[in-house]
Amino acid sequence: MAEVFQLEIVTPEKKVVETTAEEVQIPGKNGYLGILPGHAPLITELSVGEITFRENSIEQKLAVAWGFAEILPNKVTILAETAERPSEINVERARQAKERAEQRLTSGDTAVDVDRALDALHRAQARLDVASGK
Amino acid sequence: MPNILDIRRRIRSVINTRQITKAMKMVSAAKLRRAQERALAARPYAQMLTNVLKSLVARAEIYDPETGEPKHPLLAQREEKTILLIIVTGDKGLAGAFNANILKAGARFLESKAGKNIDIEAIGRKGRDFLRRRYPAAAIQTHSLAEPEELLEEVESAARERAAARQITGEHIGILGKVEFAQASALAESVIQRYCREELDSVYLVFNEFKSVIAQRLIVEQILPIEQIGERAVRLAEEMTDEEKKRAKEAAVSAGAGLRATDGSEPSASQFGTSQVDYIYEQPPAELFRALLPKYVSIQIFRALLESVAAEHAARMTAMDSATNNATDMIDSLTLVMNRARQAKITKEIIEIVSGAAAM
Repeated sequence: MAEVFQLEIVTPEKKVVETTAEEVQIPGKNGYLGILPGHAPLITELSVGEITFRENSIEQKLAVAWGFAEILPNKVTILAETAERPSEINVERARQAKERAEQRLTSGDTAVDVDRALDALHRAQARLDVASGK
Repeated sequence: MPNILDIRRRIRSVINTRQITKAMKMVSAAKLRRAQERALAARPYAQMLTNVLKSLVARAEIYDPETGEPKHPLLAQREEKTILLIIVTGDKGLAGAFNANILKAGARFLESKAGKNIDIEAIGRKGRDFLRRRYPAAAIQTHSLAEPEELLEEVESAARERAAARQITGEHIGILGKVEFAQASALAESVIQRYCREELDSVYLVFNEFKSVIAQRLIVEQILPIEQIGERAVRLAEEMTDEEKKRAKEAAVSAGAGLRATDGSEPSASQFGTSQVDYIYEQPPAELFRALLPKYVSIQIFRALLESVAAEHAARMTAMDSATNNATDMIDSLTLVMNRARQAKITKEIIEIVSGAAAM
């Protein structure tokens, strides 16, 4: 049997994942991190993106928006503000959110909070990517 | 002599009412169960977040080693000139004294802070309606959380003219049916922004804390500035009376709702971030701390909303249970009156017949 570690993904609303996994990729603030069993203890902030984890050689994806992770050699705990499985994502809503964000960014209006719009855009894009299984 | 037909009609109407209150009780019990589960589901996240923050406090030199002054604005105490009070009530009535009690606690708090400017943010229709009659609305209102998050535009930080020493700066209605973290987060964000711009010097939350059906408190909690992470800064608390506890317990038992507390912290959650190892920090600890602290405020607001919802359902369940009992009592006494009236009528008829026969 391949080496595994415990994986827990928790949001304020529920525990999304509680399992053992062989590998997980998380969107760290400074870029994606690939984690295998026996990783050195690490704490990192997460940005918007997708979490990919392999459980019994089956890959699963989740869309996350902001969070942080604690990595121990035998355990990875991820606290995410939102974590959605592809089936839980409302594609229509994400698409609308993306359009709105794009509109605001290209409107040239100086009152637009660019950071906020970009944030919304990234969130929507991550959701769409995960939902479409890319 | 009361008319038998009238009494019979009244009994029927009370029976109908009892049917309704009983149904409402069962519905509230079911909703309570769901609300309790949600409150429980939020615990691990809150616990883990608190743990990480605590361990970061030790490592990130959040407090100035010489003066002991905190380096983060959300921790800094300053003189209270403007206060924000967030009052969490329910959207609906028929929950006994639930809403009235919260508003009373809010009013008491306002009295204790007399002479200071107080902004009020109302969550829940009942509180909004009550407060609106007393205090004027501020010129600029915060966005209602009932609107989807993506629609929120940035609030410009115009220097606000106060409408009065006490004014309502925002109202959030219809969010309690399904509280989402994003909403709590949006509220926290707006509060933090105002706090950091020094429009507010402290932020308090009035709500009904809910641990279980028989362990509830009405509390005023200070959420900003953060005094100590992991410790709740409760300013005023009102425990349930024994009488209330007894009634709540009876209602819960008869409705089949559990008395289980929503408090038990999970062992795995409480270990998070506390391992005695040297972590590699991807970001400097101070930066992590800055990113996490606002989330701590969000989760506190989120928890308050969830607990308040649970408490509201519990209050409604108790109120409906006693309404059902009262209806039963009323039916019993009306039935007694009716039987007496019927007896009296029969007796009178017999007397009339007998005396009529005797007269012949």
